[in-house]
Amino acid sequence: MSHLLTDTGIIAGRYVRQTLASRLGVLFGLLQPLLFLVFFGPLLRDIDLGGAGDSWQTLVPGLLVQLGLFSSAFAGFTLLIEKQHGVVERLRVTPVSRLALLLGRLVRDVLQLFAQSLLLVLVGVAFGLRSPVAGVAIGFVLVGVLAASLASLSYALAMRVTSPQEFAPVINSLNLPAVLLSGILLPMALAPDWLDAVSHFVPFRYVVDAVRDAFMGHYGGTLALGALVALALAAASLGLGTRVFRKAGA
Amino acid sequence: MPAAIRTAGLTRTFHTKNRTVEAVRGIDLTVEQGEILGFLGPNGAGKTTTLRMLTTLLAPTSGAATVAGHDLIADPRGVRKRIGYVAQAGGVDPVVSVREELTTQARLYRLTKPEAARRTEELAQDLDLTDLLERPCRALSGGQRRRLDIAMALTHEPSLLFLDEPTTGLDPGSRADLWQLVRRLREQRGMTVFLTTHYLDEADALADRLVVVDDGRVAAQGTSAQLKEEYGGSARAGLQDAFLALTGREAKRETERAPVAV
Repeated sequence: MSHLLTDTGIIAGRYVRQTLASRLGVLFGLLQPLLFLVFFGPLLRDIDLGGAGDSWQTLVPGLLVQLGLFSSAFAGFTLLIEKQHGVVERLRVTPVSRLALLLGRLVRDVLQLFAQSLLLVLVGVAFGLRSPVAGVAIGFVLVGVLAASLASLSYALAMRVTSPQEFAPVINSLNLPAVLLSGILLPMALAPDWLDAVSHFVPFRYVVDAVRDAFMGHYGGTLALGALVALALAAASLGLGTRVFRKAGA
Repeated sequence: MPAAIRTAGLTRTFHTKNRTVEAVRGIDLTVEQGEILGFLGPNGAGKTTTLRMLTTLLAPTSGAATVAGHDLIADPRGVRKRIGYVAQAGGVDPVVSVREELTTQARLYRLTKPEAARRTEELAQDLDLTDLLERPCRALSGGQRRRLDIAMALTHEPSLLFLDEPTTGLDPGSRADLWQLVRRLREQRGMTVFLTTHYLDEADALADRLVVVDDGRVAAQGTSAQLKEEYGGSARAGLQDAFLALTGREAKRETERAPVAV
């Protein structure tokens, strides 16, 4: 266990240093949700969004989940590039735990997401977002768990395919419906009944609702359900990712 | 002294939706310690699959092997601790500095931070990389990059080094440098080297012994001179003649019946 932690720390450190060396990439990753916040957020101010919170308490949590979804779903691209350079193969011939090769990457992804999320929330506050600090922290944790799950699946897919041409269509075709059916930009409470019903089959919806409740300071059943869904998703995704990282090529 | 590599009936079968491919059909191989072994074969002969099995990247379908004193199936991590591996694609991150790659690699072999820093300096000096330590890997020439790949594989002072097509894409000068480096590793450290290559002159110049695989089996093995004489038709024949005879259509029918040990 101590070896796993040490290995994970070394791998995470390697990727964190890489990320810090390309800060521009981190900022560009944040650009899309920031644009939504700045140019879309004001449009919602006087609209009844069907929930208890104000428009910023609805939009900012949605954008956080969107940020988590997009950044983690495409995380596998970096692994594909490393595969092409032989880095993955070289790491797999070292005695380092193969699980650590996955976990180290996930640690970097979640840390990067937290930094971006913090920036997004601070801009949100400047625009008028008011939320309890505890609620924001809980929201961050939920988004972090969700992002780790999706990044794990993304890395597992990247281990299995051979080129970005195979990888991108799969991610795009899964990501877009997930975003549309999760109520990320607007709550699904506004949707017609059939669409609302369909969205209940998308696990991200429960996480979005939970993060919104946390941002409103409501720590009840919706939050608990969202946390349960996020944890279940994480368990399944990490299990699959671990299996693929251990067995890939074997 | 136990062999550096010993395999018995090593096989690997791949299953796809439409067919089953027996990439390696039972490789029996012994590589002595301190030996430079050239592992040759045409494309699709099974040499990469064999190499990937011996380096723990691929689990064998059946058979047994001991690599660097550890059982390949039961103790793959033990194998990884004792081998160095230089893949054909290299394995360095282009955006990372040479120092960062060497130090991180050392940390992955459980060296402490000060030990890793010291080992980085030693390897850089030994492989003429000292002036390049702060450069990003993408700024290195092909020959420099190859020296770095080998330095990374030597971080933990392995007893057995696997080199997969190490001079592919290198200019003649860099190739000659690399040959010299491989010889020096064997002379100074007694290292065993398992070398796959497409270049017969390279195998001829470097390897103590050659193993030719074809169709997933060992077609022949022996010194370069033995293979030339046995399969090339005379002691003056080139290795190319022997290779063509072994892996060509006519010779292939012969070897399919019974692998020949020279």
